[in-house]
Amino acid sequence: MKYSYYPGCTLKNKAKDLDAYARASARALGFELEEIENWQCCGGVYPLGSDEIATKLSSVRVLNEAKEKGQSLITLCSACHHVIKRVNDDMKNVEDIRTRANNYMQLEEPYAGETEVLHFLEVLRDVVGFDKLREKVTNPLTGKKIGAYYGCLLLRPGKILEFDNPENPKILEDFIRAIGAEPVIYPYRNECCGGYISLKEGEIAKDMCGNIVDSAEGFGAQMLITACPLCMYNLKKSTDEALPVIYFTELLAEALGVKGEVDNA
Amino acid sequence: MSTLNNQTEQVKEISGVNPLKCMKCGKCSASCPSFNEMDIKPHQFVSYVQNEDIEALVNSKSLWKCLSCFACVERCPRDVKPGKLIDAARQIVIRQKGQDYLSPNEIPELLDPEIPQQLLVSAFRRYRR
Repeated sequence: MKYSYYPGCTLKNKAKDLDAYARASARALGFELEEIENWQCCGGVYPLGSDEIATKLSSVRVLNEAKEKGQSLITLCSACHHVIKRVNDDMKNVEDIRTRANNYMQLEEPYAGETEVLHFLEVLRDVVGFDKLREKVTNPLTGKKIGAYYGCLLLRPGKILEFDNPENPKILEDFIRAIGAEPVIYPYRNECCGGYISLKEGEIAKDMCGNIVDSAEGFGAQMLITACPLCMYNLKKSTDEALPVIYFTELLAEALGVKGEVDNA
Repeated sequence: MSTLNNQTEQVKEISGVNPLKCMKCGKCSASCPSFNEMDIKPHQFVSYVQNEDIEALVNSKSLWKCLSCFACVERCPRDVKPGKLIDAARQIVIRQKGQDYLSPNEIPELLDPEIPQQLLVSAFRRYRR
């Protein structure tokens, strides 16, 4: 199975490992990530103003590329997923935005939200299946107690993201079980890490991440996993090596026995 | 932006929110991770718009404390979306020339070697045009 893939700017730079482990894991699981050519940055945050059009066009371009190839679009970074999924919803359901964006784009056939946007985790759950994933694990992470850190962007608003139950998600816990480890459920797993506030007001983000880290450690987590480079950056400022924060794709690659081919590349 | 009334209409238009739907349950403020940092709290955004006091909103600290985490949007039982109201007030500010909250000149001293690109693009998009 071949998918269009949108890595986004951070995965080409500070989060290269999030990307590389995902690509190696996808190969091991038998699906192919075909990177969209000449993609542009999604902007990192979804433009909330109902009159925002130009700021959404980079997402519309990748969505339309995937449509023209007849492929679903896979994302990995939480922020890219959030932005592209919401813009797709606008293109599907908000006539004013659809009309104005298409006026800019001048496509042969107008884009109207046809592309299916899937986060990599959704592919694991809904296409591969966690049962099948479990069968493909060669190196189960038995005995590891792992806290899933969801953050905001994958979950909310739940009606648009349709990723999981936004108040009581389980996709990452099911993932953790599938790779043979033990999920630790703690109250702060879908609280905000502070997001972009850490650029100018690091102390505020540090307080918020402190609550998350304390909560996870208090419930016995030995590590946290995330899909978001900014969550990871903020969390790492509040934790020490006692509670490592790593990308879920790194554990996936480790469990599938392909971590070495990335690390040694 | 000549009269207060115009600003109220602008906030309603940019946000797409009808503040009259609010039933003052306070779930938004109870959910907000930045509550302690805000001078005007999420449930009050709605009242300020209802009272057409946009001047206070656009001068509030809260504009720069909202994290766009969408907890208030998710949990509002009336679909009022306080986070979209404060974003609209922020837009009224940053769409004016010279009113950016973040200047490229500040970036060099804010950088550290681990900063993900995502942080820079997100901050630029929320804090300036």
